[in-house]
Amino acid sequence: MPVHLVWLTVAFPLLGFLVNGALAFARPNARRAVSVAGVGSLVASFVVSLGIFLTVRSAHIVEPEIVKLWAWLPVDRFHIDIAFQVDPLAAVMLLVVTGVGSLIHLFSVGYMQEDAGYARYFAYLNLFIVFMLVLVLGSSLPVLFIGWEGVGLCSYLLIGFWFSDTANASAGKKAFLMNRIGDFGVLIAMFQLWTTLGTLEFVGIAREAPRLLQPGGTAVTLITLFLFLGCTGKSAQIPLYTWLPDAMAGPTPVSALIHAATMVTAGVYLVARTNVLFAMAPATSTLIAGVGALTALFAASIGLRQYDIKKVLAYSTVSQLGYMFVGVGTGVFVSGLFHLVTHAFFKALLFLGAGSVIHAMHHAYHASHSHDDAQDMRNMGGLRSYLPKTWVLMWIATLAIAGVPPFSGFFSKDEILTAAFVRGADNPWYYLFYAMGLAAAFATAFYMARLMVMTFHGENRSGAAAREHLHEPGAIMTGPLIVLGVLSALGGILNVPAALGGHHALAGWLRPVFAPSAGYLQVEELRGSTEYLLIAAAVLAGVAGLVLGYRATLNSRLLPAREALPDTGFARVLANKYYVDEAYDRVIVRPVVGFSRSVLWRFFDQGLVDGLLVNGSARLFRGVGWLGSQLQTGQVGFYVLFFAVGAVWILHVLLG
Amino acid sequence: MEQFFSPILAAIGYNRWILHVLLILPLVGAIGILVAPGSWARWFTLVVAGLEFFLALGLWFAFDPSNGGIQFESQVDWIRGWGVSYHIGIDGISLFMVLLATGMMPLLVWGSWHSIQVRRRGYYALLLALKSAMIGVFISLDLFLFYCFWELLLIPMYFLIGVWGSSNRLYAATKFVLYTFSGSLLMLVAIVAMVWTVGRATGTYSFSYDHLLANRDALAGQAPWLFTAFALAFAVKVPIFPFHTWLPDAHVEAPTAGSVDLAVILLKMGTYGFLRFAIPLFPAFALSPAVSAVFVVLAVTGILYAALVSMVQPDLKKLVAYSSVSHLGFVMLGIWGSTVQSVQGAIMVMIAHGVSTGCLFFLIGMLYDRRHTRLIADYGGIARVAPILTTAFVITAFASIGLPGLNGFIGEFLVLLGSYARFPVAVGIATIVIVFAAAYLLWAVQRVFFSPLVHEANRTLRDVDLRELAVLVPLVGSMIWMGVYPNPFLRRTEAASRRYIEMVSPHLPPLAHEAGVIRQEAAR
Amino acid sequence: MLLGPSLALSAILFSLGVAGVLLRRNAIVLFMCIELMLNAVNLTFVALSRLYGAGGYVMVFFVMTVAAAEAAVGLAIILAIFRHEQSVDLENINLLRG
Repeated sequence: MPVHLVWLTVAFPLLGFLVNGALAFARPNARRAVSVAGVGSLVASFVVSLGIFLTVRSAHIVEPEIVKLWAWLPVDRFHIDIAFQVDPLAAVMLLVVTGVGSLIHLFSVGYMQEDAGYARYFAYLNLFIVFMLVLVLGSSLPVLFIGWEGVGLCSYLLIGFWFSDTANASAGKKAFLMNRIGDFGVLIAMFQLWTTLGTLEFVGIAREAPRLLQPGGTAVTLITLFLFLGCTGKSAQIPLYTWLPDAMAGPTPVSALIHAATMVTAGVYLVARTNVLFAMAPATSTLIAGVGALTALFAASIGLRQYDIKKVLAYSTVSQLGYMFVGVGTGVFVSGLFHLVTHAFFKALLFLGAGSVIHAMHHAYHASHSHDDAQDMRNMGGLRSYLPKTWVLMWIATLAIAGVPPFSGFFSKDEILTAAFVRGADNPWYYLFYAMGLAAAFATAFYMARLMVMTFHGENRSGAAAREHLHEPGAIMTGPLIVLGVLSALGGILNVPAALGGHHALAGWLRPVFAPSAGYLQVEELRGSTEYLLIAAAVLAGVAGLVLGYRATLNSRLLPAREALPDTGFARVLANKYYVDEAYDRVIVRPVVGFSRSVLWRFFDQGLVDGLLVNGSARLFRGVGWLGSQLQTGQVGFYVLFFAVGAVWILHVLLG
Repeated sequence: MEQFFSPILAAIGYNRWILHVLLILPLVGAIGILVAPGSWARWFTLVVAGLEFFLALGLWFAFDPSNGGIQFESQVDWIRGWGVSYHIGIDGISLFMVLLATGMMPLLVWGSWHSIQVRRRGYYALLLALKSAMIGVFISLDLFLFYCFWELLLIPMYFLIGVWGSSNRLYAATKFVLYTFSGSLLMLVAIVAMVWTVGRATGTYSFSYDHLLANRDALAGQAPWLFTAFALAFAVKVPIFPFHTWLPDAHVEAPTAGSVDLAVILLKMGTYGFLRFAIPLFPAFALSPAVSAVFVVLAVTGILYAALVSMVQPDLKKLVAYSSVSHLGFVMLGIWGSTVQSVQGAIMVMIAHGVSTGCLFFLIGMLYDRRHTRLIADYGGIARVAPILTTAFVITAFASIGLPGLNGFIGEFLVLLGSYARFPVAVGIATIVIVFAAAYLLWAVQRVFFSPLVHEANRTLRDVDLRELAVLVPLVGSMIWMGVYPNPFLRRTEAASRRYIEMVSPHLPPLAHEAGVIRQEAAR
Repeated sequence: MLLGPSLALSAILFSLGVAGVLLRRNAIVLFMCIELMLNAVNLTFVALSRLYGAGGYVMVFFVMTVAAAEAAVGLAIILAIFRHEQSVDLENINLLRG
């Protein structure tokens, strides 16, 4: 497929969005038409993406191909086109987005079948893909930014999809606002880049940055810090991660697509895309790795005590994104991206698996007229006999995320940890990051085992009435799960390290993308024995976590949510997410709103400016006028007297 | 398209008569309404408005984008003894103001169709007279003429607010007139002083803009107070923080069409005045570091302050009114940013703000027509009963927030990008507003349209009808058009912006990055 | 000639007029006092035109015309006030009080 047809990948979902959007108003119940338009457009897009990928592969495209569509912001010397950039990185992202996207669209057909907003749902989902593709294909920062904010918009719409519930609508708003804090960073970074480099195109940045920027200098550090602020928003890193767990208010396939596989990884993609800047800013890189490691550990620890199955996965996502940032912060951009890809597979699988569990639970509770929480793991248990396929597939994903060889997560996570350890040789901070990453790996395995046990093993706690209605969903939902299961299991093949007999296929593929930064990063070779030792440590952490988590959960006395006792001690702090949301609310949100209301509006605007100055001056003039009017007695005699006295006085002045 | 239309327009001598017709037609229409039977008023206005808009559309094609100077110019002596002439013309800056004013006309009539029940004749006559004055402001190239239109505009607006407004209308109308009038009287003094000073220096006493501009050096000595007088008049109209408190009252009390006209056109007159008169006439003083600092600080303060105040408004119209103050702050920042990008950005913000805030006021008017309340707390869950209204509101809200791909982003982005080289810290602070802008609008959207439907009265709220759809579709469509393909707009404003920069550039300090870029281009 | 006595008489008449306007309360009397002042001025004009030419006489005609017009309007107003108030006492008429 010729590369210049890359716009088709965007055009198909856009068409799907338009059709579904129109149907949402005109014929909201035309489910078949909606499904065809919604899923068909994505599959078409995937086919085109595959074609593009194969072209890039066979034609050995190394220099990015720019496909210009139209001039967007031509203003004097500043000139931005709506243009797409096709290179190996974009090709990989295309496949991930449209591939995983297609599977999740397909899953949604089953999952959302009975929802009244079916057409609206697919319209939003298609629009999301449009913006996500603009994000990964954009040839310049402003075009990327269209996608960047656009996916935020779709995320907002889909989190608040069931908007009649205030909590859902609030969660959507919260996500958008926190993302906007990050977007502020991206904007400032763009302004600074334009001011110093005179270009915002990725090709231009890669060309000009080494010439015009001082490695490690203030300018590049500032730019990368602001870019990273954007990443913390979009990719839910400390301190802006709190929106992602709340984002679980949206439908579960949305959580899989947007809040696990694609959108939240945009931050990692952005760092990879502008890798030359980050390679030139070692201070920022250290910060990124530190924030990533801290987030990985922090979020994993919260995940240990969550009961909502989606919340566990949400914190897991935050934690895994932390790993990716450790990767890109360490300078191994390929490993970060590799983890991005494998994470897209296994986390999408986990979410869709959770979706199939919730679907089953929801139906069971609905059929038995129960109002229990269909997402609370305390109400599950023993589901493996009712949902056997889901059970097997979710175990595959669990092994993958825990880093058990030979599943995909093992390869990607191990590479990141190894690289962090190696980097420790010249920057000891990285040893700490490595240790945090290892601890997080243990915690990850632990909470995943806990999730699996609470959901699928032990006794069923759903209640006798509901139990009869539990059953596995149809093939339209299990089909995508199976494909993702295969990918999660085998995804590691993409980039098997030399130490394990591979040849870093993904690294080779992406080498041209990271060529500009290669000069700024020294690569240290590891002795074979150390590498094997590190692999062993990572695997050990994962396996130990799984085993301990499995046993601890199985042995604990689990009760349905209704009967469960509240947590105490540190467990309660964890269950309440370290009270970060509450702290943000008390320290930032409420003071700002309160200050705006009582000081800025009531005191300053209404009281001082409008009351004292504006109406005050009006009152002042009225007062002076009143004083003057006292001279008007209405008695003609007074007027004449004044007149006469005045006339005499004037005569006196003139003549005297 | 242009190749097709240009010859036709040339054949009918369009360039010679169009501005006169645009100026006179609404006034003639207003008189026509007064003599025609009352039941004709709406249709008659619609026909006049439609005709006006149709005629104005030709400007889009007849305008020469490569020419940064004045086009469609014509001049006739008016009061020869005083050096006053009827001198009109437009350039890339005023083109869009005229198009905005005329383009809104049919929508305003459609939008008021059922909302105005009393004294229709007077209402529509004033609406048309207001248009003439607005167009006059933007096409005048003689300061006397400009001042006449500037003040003329207050009269219809006063009555529109004072007669057809809501409960506290008299207070709002009086405040509006006195506030803006006290500002503009200073401008009158400055205009007369300016003509006199230039007249003494050159021997020609003339109110002509070109004449004054060409001899602006003679004004340098008195620039501080002359500029201050102009700036005060324009600052009130913009309105720049802290001269903004008339705006929320006027917006809240005005009928829908009045609010729309205020937002779309009246607020732009202030910023237009800065771009056309205040800065080009006194560039050395206006762009000196001290004065720049004052205006940039006021602009940035206004941007943030208005956004924060907007966030806590219980009244939808007040919320949007304060958001206007915030948006106009961007225009001021862009004007003082003084690069081609920032000035074009400022013009784009002016256009975009007109379209999206105008649309927001239309939407609020539609809600008001149904429920007779503007309080956010009286709504909730509207999305369930009125999906089309909700969709339009959400799109417009996101346009106003500055979502890329919609119109608001283009202007704000260019303003910030262009001003960054000159005022990095101010731009950094101003950019934070993207968070607050999202906060106030999305919070309002959530409380009005999402959440449970708690008020019984809202359960039967009907969705938009065809007439209202006819108002919304062009507005929402142009938001998307301007966001996705702003090229036609940018192309038509570019030459004028560049000419403006050339006009003021001798008085600007060079930019650090321009030096960098030039060095870089030389190296290549 | 008679210039001195004429001017003296005019001054006395004028002062009488002023005093009347200031002191009397009846609108008709007040009105007559104003007429008195006007005619005092007329006398001055006539007396001085012996010295300065015919301009003074012309002026007198102007004054008389104005006085006639004023009498017409003024008396009409007073009549209207009387119909309304049943009195022409200025103590009671203070519509212009601020």
